[in-house]
Amino acid sequence: MSALLEVQDLRVTIGSTAAVRGISLSVNKGETHCLVGESGCGKSITALSIMGLLPKGSVRETQALRFAGEEIGGYGERQMEHLRGNRMAMIFQEPMTSLNPAYTVGSQMTEVLRRHRRVTRTAAVDRAAELLARVGITAPGLRLGQFPHQLSGGLRQRVMIAMSLMCDPELLIADEPTTALDVTVQAQILRLLAELQKDLGLGILLITHDLGIVARVADRVSVMYAGEVVESAPTVALFAAPEHPYTRGLLTCVPVPGKVKRDEPLGSIPGVVPRMQPGFAGCAFRDRCPEATDACAGSFPRQNMSNDHQLLCTLAPGWTGSAAA
Amino acid sequence: MIRFFLRRFVVAVLVALTVLTLAFLLTRLSGDLAISIAGPNASQDDIDTIRRVYGLNRPLWVQFFDWLGRAVQGDFGESYFFRDRVAKLIGERIPITMSLGLTGLAIALVIGLPLGILAAVREGSWVDRAVSLVALIGQAMPSFWLGLILMIVFGLKLGWLPISGTGSWEHYVMPGVVLAFSAIPSLTRLTRSGMIEVLASDYIRTARAKGLTRFSILVKHGFRNAAIPVVSITAVQLGFMLGGSVVIETVFALHGVGYLAWESISKNDFPVVQAVVLVLALLYIGLTLLADLLNAVLDPRLRT
Repeated sequence: MSALLEVQDLRVTIGSTAAVRGISLSVNKGETHCLVGESGCGKSITALSIMGLLPKGSVRETQALRFAGEEIGGYGERQMEHLRGNRMAMIFQEPMTSLNPAYTVGSQMTEVLRRHRRVTRTAAVDRAAELLARVGITAPGLRLGQFPHQLSGGLRQRVMIAMSLMCDPELLIADEPTTALDVTVQAQILRLLAELQKDLGLGILLITHDLGIVARVADRVSVMYAGEVVESAPTVALFAAPEHPYTRGLLTCVPVPGKVKRDEPLGSIPGVVPRMQPGFAGCAFRDRCPEATDACAGSFPRQNMSNDHQLLCTLAPGWTGSAAA
Repeated sequence: MIRFFLRRFVVAVLVALTVLTLAFLLTRLSGDLAISIAGPNASQDDIDTIRRVYGLNRPLWVQFFDWLGRAVQGDFGESYFFRDRVAKLIGERIPITMSLGLTGLAIALVIGLPLGILAAVREGSWVDRAVSLVALIGQAMPSFWLGLILMIVFGLKLGWLPISGTGSWEHYVMPGVVLAFSAIPSLTRLTRSGMIEVLASDYIRTARAKGLTRFSILVKHGFRNAAIPVVSITAVQLGFMLGGSVVIETVFALHGVGYLAWESISKNDFPVVQAVVLVLALLYIGLTLLADLLNAVLDPRLRT
């Protein structure tokens, strides 16, 4: 079966910064693929570039960008408009500001459906009410007539999710959908996304920096660092045997009850994600990596650890370059 | 919503009372009214008679409350120069000034808003810079001078438009354009900066992610929000236009309220001056109140 979304060697430059440096990933129907990494490592830019929503002045290049078997890399704005909100939808990190303050929830929800489908206003309102109920909002009829400022953050994010589902999309890109919410609300939203996925067969590309979320919902994880995917594996395999020093570093930052002793400091990775210039060679993590060797400054290939586990690191067993050097 | 409106209304009434007092006091400050009414050749007896007839010998506060009492009933007394009721004089001329102001406003909106939106969408391009330049020129040009230039070009050389009077709609074109020019720069700049800010907001990104058309993104989601401050400035601009019509009406010999103000100031016809100042100020206050209401309609956050 071909993947719902397939990205090969995606590169995005914004001004003189290489924000995304050759990412490949795929999302299957009914699968949740998590993109994890620190702030500033290019996760959101990857998401926006798939939607064709990059800010002005950014340049996108890909080997392939296939959606439902169709190459969309060369699509113009008009063609993308017909995909966006219709077959691929996106929800954002900022529920407080992502809805237009001047229009009611109902008007903003029905607008998507009426843009992409020939439906009557009443049919669109019915659909909106149905979806609000589906995302767990009580009294949908009341909510439809309300303005965003009358709703809490959690409610607004539910509205965003319901709105993204108006046209029955095949792919949902969720960019840190729970980061701005309370922990209890976070759990509700995640459970909701998982349920919706099971019921509707959605492919989800979930962007997050929170490994707790990854462990709970992801089928597959790609760990991003400085615009590259450094390790990609099925969730269980990645948590069981993280190979990349960066992945391992991220995992030690998360407290695990029972494993971490009280008063023992949590792990942290010193430094910040560097801003990458185009033409940078070698591993971008080497300055922060406890296991870096001279070989890390050179170029080295992506290795298959097992059939489904890829690693971009000189530590990979298949890599013999260090011996040769 | 009702509380919001009541609060604004009370403020408006207080401002109106302040203006009323100022209008009264300022005319008294400009010299002894009896002397200026009587003229340079009048004897002391004449001046005394005038003082008595017009009630100018009474204490100032008695004069004020007498005038105030009548003014709130719409009675502004009688003009010394026109020998007619002031209310009637103003009533006859208000339609001319309003037509002029509304023409100017319509032209300003039709030109200013699209220019502002265009400049915002093409921020930093030559289009943006050209719009800023036009706005700057508009700002720097004195309206009486622009009025004269238009008269020479379109009235005298080309003969397309009449240069003075109020006979037909064509008489309002040139003065309307001149008035509009004074309002276009601020409207354009405010629309531009508002649109730039709004277009960078998260809900515009949402609108794009929904696959909406460019027009819908710019106008329905963008301008609708950028318009909120523009509405306030538009009301202020219309107020300026009605007040600024003193110059334009004089240049184009339109016999509106502005022209009346100019005539009565030069003749020291103080009941008329007081009334004109008051009427223009009340219009201004009314417009500001209207703008507040329109804002409440446009911005749901103000309503609850």
